[in-house]
Amino acid sequence: MNDFVYRLQNVTKAYDGRRVLQVDHLKIQRGEVFSLVGPSGAGKSTLLRLLNFLEPPTAGRIRFLDVEFGPNQPVPLRLRRRVTTVFQRPLLLNRSVEANVAYGLGLRGLRDPDDEVAQALRQVGLTDLARQRARTLSGGEAQRVALARAIVLKPDVLLLDEPTANLDPYNVGLIEEIVQELNQTRNVTLVLVTHNVFQAKRLAHRVALMLEGQVVEVADVEGFFESPSDPRTDAFVRGEMVY
Amino acid sequence: MISSLDPALMEIVLLSLQVSGTALLLSTLIGIPLGAAMGLSRFAGRRLVIALLYTGMGFPPVVVGLFVYLMLSRTGPFGQLNTPLIPDLFTPGAMVVAQTIISFPLVAGFTMAAVMGVDPALKLQVQSLGATRWQTTLSILVEARIGVIVSVIAGFGSIISEVGAVMMVGGNIEGSTRVLTTAIVLETRKGNFDLAIAIGIVLLSISFLTNVAMLRLQGRTFDE
Repeated sequence: MNDFVYRLQNVTKAYDGRRVLQVDHLKIQRGEVFSLVGPSGAGKSTLLRLLNFLEPPTAGRIRFLDVEFGPNQPVPLRLRRRVTTVFQRPLLLNRSVEANVAYGLGLRGLRDPDDEVAQALRQVGLTDLARQRARTLSGGEAQRVALARAIVLKPDVLLLDEPTANLDPYNVGLIEEIVQELNQTRNVTLVLVTHNVFQAKRLAHRVALMLEGQVVEVADVEGFFESPSDPRTDAFVRGEMVY
Repeated sequence: MISSLDPALMEIVLLSLQVSGTALLLSTLIGIPLGAAMGLSRFAGRRLVIALLYTGMGFPPVVVGLFVYLMLSRTGPFGQLNTPLIPDLFTPGAMVVAQTIISFPLVAGFTMAAVMGVDPALKLQVQSLGATRWQTTLSILVEARIGVIVSVIAGFGSIISEVGAVMMVGGNIEGSTRVLTTAIVLETRKGNFDLAIAIGIVLLSISFLTNVAMLRLQGRTFDE
């Protein structure tokens, strides 16, 4: 059985000839919470876009489940739809809350047969706001709608790009609880990009440090924080890295 | 004349609506996809196309009329083809062609601006939720709907009130190509100011009611 959802081999990404990502090897296991930490500009979000097939790599191979892709191979829609991203900003459509949550189902030609929109809204604690226009929500509520919009699609992989940055502690706690539950009860693989090392420590099974477009170290959460093998990881987790 | 729904006036009103409505429909079918493509994609020569589009937004109608006249006249490149697909000069079809050329750059240009005003990150978000290219474009157009409706309103405004081109390619023939604007010109020249004013009121009313209808199509959007 294939235990990896992603296997990356010599993946690079360049814009206008400038290389911003160089990942020699990276494997992400099915059902794990994998956290990418590192300073701004380290290539974490670029890597997420590649994992969501929003952009092709400039070179290298990405194996997703049992299918391998390179720079010039379009990813079939059915595979692309098994992954989704919750971005740092909620990026809601100018519609009602429930219409936002139902949006992805509509793209798939589904008409919410099992009342999944209501279930997802219940899961994020926003049932009462279903009819409200999304743009009237607070930051925390909006991000929970963005999460419900992803949950309702039942993805194999959920990519989270700084999902709790700029949120209050209550909403941070709530979102962490929801994604943890998703991982534990539905076995959804989570890839979490965060600046917050404490969040990575709380949620992740494995953590990777990225610096200047490269993966410096990948380790299980305990090893990463307690006994890092790379001095840069040591400096990063101690908060001694200035960036 | 207005209150008694004079048959001659009604014929002019209906022809105006028919010509400008058809031209607006064609402009919308050309302009919205073109504007969306210009706003969402990047390709070599895009700047040139945008520059041409902006130039088109400022086309003097009378120049468009001249251009269409030359194209459709018997000695012009299209006039010689003698096919039912190409309308003859001095027919409503020729007026539709001229008005479409006047209004589609406006529809495309304003649609492009509206699409470009949508947060670029939203495009990534909808793709991430599984949208195909077509679904992404449609979703962005729906997000930009206020601007898109404005583009259609601008397109309509540019042709319902236009006189130079329809006069040139239509010829203001009574019972055939006379529309509200050309009738106003004619009646003013004849000194029938009351009639010209009455037709002007009809024209303004049509323009007002059409715009109100378009705004109502938007539902709550403008109240937000």
